[in-house]
Amino acid sequence: MSVPPTIAVENLRKTYVARDGEVVSLDGVTFDVRPQEFVSVLGPSGCGKTTVLKIVSGLEPASGGSVRVDGRPVSGPQRKIGMVFQVPALMRWRTALDNILLPSEILGINRAEARARSVELLKLVGLADFANKYPNELSGGMQQRIAIARALAHDPSILLLDEPFSALDMMTRNQLNIELLRIWSERRKTSLLITHSIPEAVFLSDRVIVLSPRPAHVLEIVPIPLPRPRTPEMRVSKDFIDIVDHIGRRIGLEYA
Amino acid sequence: MGRETDTARTLKVVATLVVLTVLWELTCRGFQVASFLVPAPSDIAVKLWDKQHLFWTHSWVTLHETFSGFMIAVVVGVVSAAVIVIIPSVRDVLMPILLIAQLVPKVAIAPILLVWFGYGVAPKIIIAFLVAFFPIVVNMASGLVAVERELLDLGRSLEASRWQIFWKFRMPSALPDLFGGMKIAITLAVIGAIIGEFVGGDKGLGYLIIIANQELDTPLAFAALFIISLGGILLYVAIELLERLVIPWSQTAQPSQVRM
Repeated sequence: MSVPPTIAVENLRKTYVARDGEVVSLDGVTFDVRPQEFVSVLGPSGCGKTTVLKIVSGLEPASGGSVRVDGRPVSGPQRKIGMVFQVPALMRWRTALDNILLPSEILGINRAEARARSVELLKLVGLADFANKYPNELSGGMQQRIAIARALAHDPSILLLDEPFSALDMMTRNQLNIELLRIWSERRKTSLLITHSIPEAVFLSDRVIVLSPRPAHVLEIVPIPLPRPRTPEMRVSKDFIDIVDHIGRRIGLEYA
Repeated sequence: MGRETDTARTLKVVATLVVLTVLWELTCRGFQVASFLVPAPSDIAVKLWDKQHLFWTHSWVTLHETFSGFMIAVVVGVVSAAVIVIIPSVRDVLMPILLIAQLVPKVAIAPILLVWFGYGVAPKIIIAFLVAFFPIVVNMASGLVAVERELLDLGRSLEASRWQIFWKFRMPSALPDLFGGMKIAITLAVIGAIIGEFVGGDKGLGYLIIIANQELDTPLAFAALFIISLGGILLYVAIELLERLVIPWSQTAQPSQVRM
């Protein structure tokens, strides 16, 4: 271990107090994400994947274990993180461009500079012509692209993505996977993606953290040896299908 | 929806009104209904024309009371809603007061207000304010609260200050609800002002109706009613136009989505 990990999650525990007693959501989850790596956390729905991400982002406290980002224990929100949610969560009263400007406004970044970068980000996500459109004038896929651009607006070193494409149809989803891959290869942000789509996780990631059903623990950390840059055709290659199959069986076996 | 449908709709509304008016006129003439019972539209029109000076003067007073009461309601309503949302512990103190203020029958307290504030415009403005502000508080407060959870998470992740969360996240998000409340409030404010004029005073369209009744001048009363209705509609439309101007991004501000 020569390079220290960007995100180090160790023996992470999360419990909730529900009506019928304590519910264990995360039961000792351990993994790390290295600098500029793309890692996915994959698991059945309701297993607590999103909780992992919220704890890493500092939005939710852990019940036990530790999370370190750049070697420092997480105690609250951190500005070095950009977030993308399941829903675009755009401000419907702001145009696409103004939505991307929001983080810079909050952080008090020089407006002219922020504007130039936002325009550039719009180009990056392929929506340069839609700068002055309101969210309700954009498709779901376009809205989520704006959300990705917004997450990059303050130039964070880490990108956290919480099932960002789960509400989109299959075709849009595949297309945005390719887009995300391109954006990641251009910007090289350390990325942590939460997803329940095995092909999506395999296609995008360097490694896939496979979680068990609740209470979640790590079943396996699967390295994805597919070469970069990745192309859409790889998704029908034998190597790809073998990995997808392997993970599928791994999750399936645990269910039985 | 396109322009064609909008035009078609306008035509339908106008046609309905014209047909109703003609039916009314024919009924009154056909059955020779006495003017002091139900005046024909033509009687009312004549009255409006003959007494236009009177109507201008009194309309102006009622409009002034309505608008003042409404504006105070907007300011007080928005501030109350903001306080309730920003300082949740105040909610339990403020809500009962607001509820009581809403539940007290305005007609019943109008005479008391008269005793306190005299026969001028003040008690009318207060009643207009009292009836108008509740829908504004309720709409505004729920609008301020109903910000998407993920959007607030984003704000938190950027360590936005409470101030920033309020002005950049909550306030704009609540504007459509505020306009919804204002549309209800403006119609109520008109009623409030009229109630105030009924109870006591010597000016305004409500006062004019009282006088008309005493003198059995029913066409005059109907003419006043006509102006009140027309004024109410115009005020409502004015707020709709303002809404389209201020929040063009809102669904409710889109002409094809919501109609009066």
